[in-house]
Amino acid sequence: MALPRLTRSLTGLLLETSSVIHHRAFSVSVVTAAIQKMTRVRVVDNSSLGNTPYHRPPRVIHVYTKNGVGKVGDKVLLAIKGQKKKALIVGHKMPGDRMNPRFDSNNVVLIEDNGNPTGTRIKVPIPTHLRKMEGDYSKVLAIASSFV
Amino acid sequence: MAACTKGLDRFGLSLRFLRTQQLQHERFLSTSLSRLSPVDTTEPPKFTPPPRPVIIDKTQDAASQRRFLSPEFIPPRQRTEPLKFAIERIDMIRRRKVLNIPEFYVGSILAVTMADPNASGKINRFVGICIQRGGKGLGATFVLRNIIDNQGVEICYELYSPRIQKIEVLKLEKRLDDNLMYLRDALPEYSTVDPDMKPVPLPTTGEVPVNKTKVKMRPKPWSKRWERPKFKIQGILFDLCLTPRRMEHAQKWAQPWLEYDMLKEYDTTKLEEEILSEVEREMSK
Repeated sequence: MALPRLTRSLTGLLLETSSVIHHRAFSVSVVTAAIQKMTRVRVVDNSSLGNTPYHRPPRVIHVYTKNGVGKVGDKVLLAIKGQKKKALIVGHKMPGDRMNPRFDSNNVVLIEDNGNPTGTRIKVPIPTHLRKMEGDYSKVLAIASSFV
Repeated sequence: MAACTKGLDRFGLSLRFLRTQQLQHERFLSTSLSRLSPVDTTEPPKFTPPPRPVIIDKTQDAASQRRFLSPEFIPPRQRTEPLKFAIERIDMIRRRKVLNIPEFYVGSILAVTMADPNASGKINRFVGICIQRGGKGLGATFVLRNIIDNQGVEICYELYSPRIQKIEVLKLEKRLDDNLMYLRDALPEYSTVDPDMKPVPLPTTGEVPVNKTKVKMRPKPWSKRWERPKFKIQGILFDLCLTPRRMEHAQKWAQPWLEYDMLKEYDTTKLEEEILSEVEREMSK
């Protein structure tokens, strides 16, 4: 009587754990809130470099700031698909000032060395305070689909 | 029996005929006088006009009959001079006379309109579910969360910031917990709110309804170990994501003696009553 029930629950448990393992991405740890060296990021434009699947997530290998922590509007250097590429941060997990949005992932947009975006469309909302920042973001802002 | 049915049939036929005639009549003479003219004798001649519809605006304008004190009015338990909190209360009431800050709780769905010099139209409206309320006095904050274009977005608003133009409660309800930060690790459907949502009519009296939904979580890792006893989370379906053994293991960090610590007691009922009467007196001035 008890044995079949036990086996059923065991198989259910096994199935559940296997599904959990199946859903889990390659990395096991939570993505860091601050964008610093070795942070895994999400590329949110439609460039082919950032959207083709690869066994290794894009990582920040340098942040072009004085303190080494990247915020919205800062440039970073990514290691993506085995090559180096510059990117612009357009959202991060770390809470910033009050009344400014905080995102659930660290979002970047790939840019060329001269500042032009590689993709032609940004799929996720962009924080509006990127507009008041100094720097030439007009081309990145022009390809954004929505603001928050 | 047959005669009866035949009679009924005839009656129905005559009724239908009369109705068509009346319809034609109405179509030809569309003045209201035509109604007064005697058309027939069998039909009940008296026309009772339908009652005039009473339009009740069940949106924000209906003032709540509940006595409610916003939690940021209650000063924290500390050794700061009480005068500081009294002065802050005066400023908060002055702000509340200008801006209508409605009653809301963690779990309510809010829409906040904010002045934003960078946004198009200089106005930014964000709809989301309130997942946390924090701060006391003028620095009180609340966090709204929503998922836009499959991207989770949270905005922490200052309740008394001059940039806030309007706070609307779209749906007034409570949840099982006082802090819904675990929605970050839950499936996205639990924090998705339609940005064009229409306000649900609020119950102006009685208790605030409690939404007893329990959320399904994403697989671990989570931002925090929500199964630990210090969070006292009621609104997560733990049995879907954790084994009973791990749930039992989490109880290792339980501190059941803390609730009997008399030094940590902070009974605010008397203080709350005093502050509520003060606020009501000042607001009615």
